[in-house]
Amino acid sequence: MWDYSDKVKEYFFNPKNAGALADANAVGEVGSLSCGDALKLMLKVNPETDVIEEAKFQTFGCGSAIASSSALTELIIGTTIAEAKTLTNQDIADFLDGLPPEKMHCSVMGQEALHAAVAAYTGEALDEDDHEEGALICKCFGVDAGMIERAIRTNKLTTLEMVTFYTKAGGSCASCREPLEELLADINKEMVAEGAIRPEEAYVFGSAPRPKKKKAQGFVIPDAVPAPMPPAQPSAPIQIAMPAAAAPVAVTEAPASGLSAAKEAILVAKIIEEMRPTFRRDGGDVELVDMEGSLVLVSLVGACSGCQLAASTLGGIAQKITETLGRPVRVMPVAKA
Amino acid sequence: MKDTVLPPVYLDNNATTRVFPEVVEAMLPYFTEQFGNASSIHAFGSEVGGALRQARKSLQQLIGAEFDHEIIFTSGGSESNNTAIRSALLVQPGRDEVITSAVEHPAILTLCDWLEKHEGVTVHRIPVDRLGRLDIDAYRAALSEKTAVVSFMWANNETGTVFPVDGLAELAHEVGALFHTDAVQAVGKLPIDLKSTEIDMLSLSSHKFHGPKGLGALYLRKGTRFRPLLRGGHQERGRRAGTENAPAIIGLGKAAEMALATMAEDSARMAGLRDRLEKGLVQRIGHCFVTGDPHDRLPNTATVAFEYIEGEAILLKLNQAGIAASSGSACTSGSLEPSHVLRAMDIPFTAAHGAIRFSLSRETTVEEIERVLDAMPEIISGLREMSPFWSGDGAQPDGFNPAYA
Repeated sequence: MWDYSDKVKEYFFNPKNAGALADANAVGEVGSLSCGDALKLMLKVNPETDVIEEAKFQTFGCGSAIASSSALTELIIGTTIAEAKTLTNQDIADFLDGLPPEKMHCSVMGQEALHAAVAAYTGEALDEDDHEEGALICKCFGVDAGMIERAIRTNKLTTLEMVTFYTKAGGSCASCREPLEELLADINKEMVAEGAIRPEEAYVFGSAPRPKKKKAQGFVIPDAVPAPMPPAQPSAPIQIAMPAAAAPVAVTEAPASGLSAAKEAILVAKIIEEMRPTFRRDGGDVELVDMEGSLVLVSLVGACSGCQLAASTLGGIAQKITETLGRPVRVMPVAKA
Repeated sequence: MKDTVLPPVYLDNNATTRVFPEVVEAMLPYFTEQFGNASSIHAFGSEVGGALRQARKSLQQLIGAEFDHEIIFTSGGSESNNTAIRSALLVQPGRDEVITSAVEHPAILTLCDWLEKHEGVTVHRIPVDRLGRLDIDAYRAALSEKTAVVSFMWANNETGTVFPVDGLAELAHEVGALFHTDAVQAVGKLPIDLKSTEIDMLSLSSHKFHGPKGLGALYLRKGTRFRPLLRGGHQERGRRAGTENAPAIIGLGKAAEMALATMAEDSARMAGLRDRLEKGLVQRIGHCFVTGDPHDRLPNTATVAFEYIEGEAILLKLNQAGIAASSGSACTSGSLEPSHVLRAMDIPFTAAHGAIRFSLSRETTVEEIERVLDAMPEIISGLREMSPFWSGDGAQPDGFNPAYA
């Protein structure tokens, strides 16, 4: 069964605003071929103020499709048409405390229904629909076959590396390498037939060079240790900043950064907090659990846990903290207490 | 919906079954007391060897094989299928075509896709009709001197529809091709007597009939040429290397004995409960229908398609009511594709997405069936009220025309 958040379950089992809205004056009807879902969004907009006074939905779809539809209505009731237009599918997913990567299209369907309803109300033409379709290839970054195909065709990509640069697909745990290779080889073959690329340029399945062994990241201190090597920090209790003159002990125990442990902890917490939106975009999350000496303990959830994404992202966090504190730290994932 | 304090109802036995306590009991000593390697010369090993021989004989009885050495133990149905198809291609140089059906399990279809794409094999996928029955004319037309192997499943995992494998095997032999059947859903549920058929190879899996997971077998008719998939030690007469999974094999043997002992009465009872379930659902809930071949299918499988709603939503609500079933819907599978079986049967997408499979076991009771019948109408009507294809008093399939992206 899917790993649905409690909020998704709540909005599925007890959906708000389900059913038909008899006196709707803006209706959006969309369907997604990728899983056969369909959504009818009905709005009652006050023509004087452009405020959405009522919103109801009818959805043919799975648990997360129904929850996303219900969340959408909750988000837009009371907003103006102009405000509603700025709503993104990510807002819907965030409202539900996240969706599994395979289910993000449910929130996309909500956004599309809203755009369709708004267009119906304002009489504007609907934007060219460009949302992604097809089988989900890269689960780490939520990239599907449709997006990869467009990137390959538009940019005439012929190597796996370039596909990863353009789409992020395969850039993390690499478990999608085989389907990615197949897709690239197939599309290149079609492009050769169409005359878009020369036959010798086309990628042939299985011909990718072996991936270079990447240096382990995150769990080891880099070879080039910044000199002089600061002494490893014992797990000192966090010091309350004292007046300098009165606290000689705190000075000698201060880390190489010249900051107190408490200040360091605040900085680290800030760095991690700043990086959280990036994680959430990819369907995961990170939280600071503890900091002991040169060890920063974090908890990873969602798409990050389980995926080998962990190794490289933790490396990224470690690098940023190291730069800020001016001393090497190790970032380790731990189970949340 | 009220929270239930009743024990959960498990109706997903085509996915996997409960290991019977008797099976567990038979297995336990072979983890701790008799842990020897059957290949060893000492007493630790030889005692295990005797138990393995007994288990092999029990399985031989269940599938009606002429000789016990026609059985090769493997890690499961998927390994057996991969072994059989690849072996058949290797032992018949000059023949590079495979015939299979459009409704096989992914353990066959994904392999065939690969062989077609990367190993120069031509694959014929024979279509089925609306009841899931094989198009025999298309099959005859596909057979040729180029056919290396024909692989048709004995019984379909989603609809329970049974293919007439005896006759299909005879047709394959007319052109000199080998015949394999994926009988993972049939073994333990249907009477099987391989020695009276022309089937060359058969795949089975232990955990589909109350044995342990991680174990299966490939039946290989005596005299059939063979190339192993795994090479190494001399286990299974050199046909499948790797130390025998002794506890699991012994568990499988016990499960086979138990299945055979009561198969006739179990089948009749399960079929009665299945019919009661299907009739009850169709009577109490409109706009739904039973899928599969009503005349020839497994006694334990009922797949009912509910129109205008989606399967995962039904399963979540059933789960809340303490009932476990499965669905042919796209959204439960991880891929976004709806069931290839129901699509091959040309079932409209608004119904295919709402198909729910209830698969019974010999442990299923009439009370459990009644609980499903009590719970379903409310679940279905609740979801239909939320469906854009539904409006108050009934279906409105034409009133909703979404813009498909």
